[in-house]
Amino acid sequence: MKQFFSFIQKEFYHIFRDPRSLLLLLLMPVALMVIFGFAVTNEIKNNKLAIMDLSRDEASRKLINRFSASPYFDLSVLVPESASLETIFHKNKAAMVMVIPAHFNEDLMASHATTLQLLADGSDPNTANSLINYASAIIGDYQQEEFPETASAFQIVPITRMLYNPELKSAFFFVPGVMGLILMLISAMMTSVSIVREKELGTMEVLLVSPLKPFMIVLAKAVPYLLIALVNVLTIIALSVWVLGLPIRGNFALLLGESTLFILSCLSLGLLISTAAQSQQIAMLISLLGLMLPTMMLSGFIFPIENMPMPLQVISNIVPAKWYIRTIKAIMLKGLGLGAVWKENAILLGMTLFFLAVSIKRFKIRLQ
Amino acid sequence: MNNKVIQTENLTKTFGDFTAVNTISFDVYEGEIFGFLGANGAGKTTAMRMLSGLSTPSSGKASVAGFDVYRQTESIKKNIGYMSQKFSLYEDLTIRENIELFGGIYGLRGRLLQEKKMALLKNLELEDDQMKLVSSIPLGWKQKLAFSIAILHEPRVVFLDEPTGGVDPITRRKFWDLIYAAAAKGITVFVTTHYMDEAEYCNRVSIMVDGKIEALDSPDRLKITHAAGSMDEVFQQLARRAVRKAD
Amino acid sequence: MHILLVLLKKEFTQILRNRFLLLIMFQMPVIQLLILPLAATYEMKNISMSVVDKDHSSYSAKLIDKFTASGYFKLNSYADSYEKALESIEDNTSDLIIEIPENFERTLIREKKADILINANAIDGTKAGLSSSYAASIIADFNKDIRETLLQPGKLNPAPRISITYSNWFNPTLHYPTYMVPGILVTLLSLVGGFMAALNIVSEKEKGTIEQINVTPVKKTTFIVSKIIPFWIIGMIIFTLGLLISRFVYHIYPVGTYGTLYIFAMAYMIAFLGLGLLISTYSDNQQQAMFIAFFFLIIFILLSGEFTPITSMPDWAQKMTKLNPLSYFVEVMRLVMLKGSSFRDVLTQFLTICGFGVVLNTWAVLNYKKTS
Repeated sequence: MKQFFSFIQKEFYHIFRDPRSLLLLLLMPVALMVIFGFAVTNEIKNNKLAIMDLSRDEASRKLINRFSASPYFDLSVLVPESASLETIFHKNKAAMVMVIPAHFNEDLMASHATTLQLLADGSDPNTANSLINYASAIIGDYQQEEFPETASAFQIVPITRMLYNPELKSAFFFVPGVMGLILMLISAMMTSVSIVREKELGTMEVLLVSPLKPFMIVLAKAVPYLLIALVNVLTIIALSVWVLGLPIRGNFALLLGESTLFILSCLSLGLLISTAAQSQQIAMLISLLGLMLPTMMLSGFIFPIENMPMPLQVISNIVPAKWYIRTIKAIMLKGLGLGAVWKENAILLGMTLFFLAVSIKRFKIRLQ
Repeated sequence: MNNKVIQTENLTKTFGDFTAVNTISFDVYEGEIFGFLGANGAGKTTAMRMLSGLSTPSSGKASVAGFDVYRQTESIKKNIGYMSQKFSLYEDLTIRENIELFGGIYGLRGRLLQEKKMALLKNLELEDDQMKLVSSIPLGWKQKLAFSIAILHEPRVVFLDEPTGGVDPITRRKFWDLIYAAAAKGITVFVTTHYMDEAEYCNRVSIMVDGKIEALDSPDRLKITHAAGSMDEVFQQLARRAVRKAD
Repeated sequence: MHILLVLLKKEFTQILRNRFLLLIMFQMPVIQLLILPLAATYEMKNISMSVVDKDHSSYSAKLIDKFTASGYFKLNSYADSYEKALESIEDNTSDLIIEIPENFERTLIREKKADILINANAIDGTKAGLSSSYAASIIADFNKDIRETLLQPGKLNPAPRISITYSNWFNPTLHYPTYMVPGILVTLLSLVGGFMAALNIVSEKEKGTIEQINVTPVKKTTFIVSKIIPFWIIGMIIFTLGLLISRFVYHIYPVGTYGTLYIFAMAYMIAFLGLGLLISTYSDNQQQAMFIAFFFLIIFILLSGEFTPITSMPDWAQKMTKLNPLSYFVEVMRLVMLKGSSFRDVLTQFLTICGFGVVLNTWAVLNYKKTS
């Protein structure tokens, strides 16, 4: 046991001797939290709107004012009739163009009917769809308030309550994902690379002749990264509570326990990668190229899993981060207890044991 | 024999507070085998790196093959060969590919490169193994190959940094045959070692202790002035004074 | 020139000899490009709802039918109480609870006004916002339906009506993968190119072979160029594979020209490899290089506009995207492939990327020290 600890100590020396990497490891969650907390949001706002006003009367002016007051649109240009809409889109000058027909006011008053034309840049389907919805709502409001007779006689009024996140902050959605991504990449990448590094430099041979069991040596390499990852968990939680204003509704100890379980499964995945990789470059390619995008895209971090086509929903089950993200949402944001996440726990535990079993087997084969 | 190929005067290298090489001055003559001795951490490698243009001196003067170590490092590099203790051949290239690579870097090409390559392979009796990856050949072969490649372009000086670490005495002896052959062709050999039997093979040796040169002469004369029976004894007498710990 | 050829021969021999690495470099982007774009959809369908109907009237049943017929909502379960329904939100089987209070129908007919309660799981705020606005418009429709059935037509005041026609240009079916494929291709290209170049020089540092090169008369620029060219070629092959996949698998036929795409990709690769090399000149070992590269890449990816719109970012973040080569390439790929922008249209972006290339590569060469 004493030897085991001295091996752990040796790993720590390696890490502390390279303060630049350590600093990056500790800073990475901070940077990501800032980006997700303040910069990145999947809301649609401030989109450039070009208006081709062929009427230039009072009614059209009022309508335009409504658009410029909306947070969804940035009124960027009033374009003349002769303008080429193609060019506007080709140079990304606007995400939507609204064409107000000639005699807008007159038609409204006299014939009670007129048609507005909305042309959206559909290359980004999500934005296009939302913009058309928002624009229709703005036009509807305009209609209702300028010509109130259209108000309906019967009214069912929906009273909407937003559970768990009444202010609809996007941080609620992203924070669990950032935790999953960071822990996954750091743990899996660091373990696999640091083991393969010893193989590559030939120092692994030296370690293997020591009286400690080979697997303990490999385990000792994982311990420091477990601790670093836990520091990351604490950093992320602290930032999300104090800077982003997220609540911790469930049990804090349980939250840490679940994070430890997830980190262990990532570390064992790293171990597995290290048994397959012959060089650091390969270990990095597998753990970064292989894990980064799938963890971002298939875990429910950025894109809701239930919107995906069925085969992908099935594939998403093998992404460990998916189960961790669900757990964090349940405990931290919904305030549920262990009973609500037993299934997720069982899956993560199963994955960890599987990764460990396969790596031990491969490790033994290699030693023979 | 009296052409000075390497000249140094008060050459010094400091890293922060630490003076790795402390005002050393010496000359090396053309065609000479010059042994550069010292314990680990005495400053041998640092001195050699300054002379081969890998590291800029902190102060002092030095020239190699007539070129200044401050301003003309690239000209120096054209005129020297270098082999370090890590025998930096590419392990994932074959013997032949390594020869062609380094030959090509020094501007050898076409027929000339082919001839030199064949001569080298023949000399080392590696003709049948030329397609083998360097990672798969024994250490002794690697060392001989690395040395032969370092002198392939017939440099004026070749720097050898502990070239024979980790091999048995017979293999070392064979390696020294290659060194003699190179010196006979007029290539100056500048070699660091901590094997004292190898020191005996040199024309002159210098002994570095704590960044300074404590002795410089032919092995025979050093033994006389220090009243010692072997170079090992000479070295022990000088090295005992060392304050600096080996790393 | 001769020396460059000698060095290139060495690089290619080494790369081609490392079959496994080569395989991963090509295989991973291909597999991911085949799978991941399909996962990237914000389109809301099948919002799963749990209904607590305390009224059991014909109007409550009609309203629920209206919801399920909309295509946005699917009925997960009926629950007796709000508490029961909340359980289905807790275990993620439903996203929304619709609660219809007792006497809903009676209140509506007598007082012409009745409430229903909608509770949405708002952890994903965007999704909750969208689903409640879908719900609101379904209810508004329903209001109109009752008005039209209960009141005789003609009794209504004729009010001015503005009708709206809309069209989505460039991607009329609003197919999401069409939008994601170009972005994901750029990311994969950057991951492979940026990392491999960064790691390559550092791995020579680690093995000590770089010392052997530094002691030869090889010029710094020659050495760096010999490192860039192979990965540049690999990058262009990956890019080509990616374009083939987007054409034959995703049926994205670029509206603009392949020429524009390639010219931009060529410049982009040089710039990005320059970044990789710059990182390698600042690192002592592969682990360190990997970290720095990873740190920058993840920030670049998230701030590239690939997954979330740049226009929604705050000012300071939008300014940061100006320093992000990835954001230019993602934008241009989409402009050219989906909208048919010409080379002239994206000239500004092209020149900016060239600027990045010159700065990053010059910096890398200057910072690469043959003599310490």
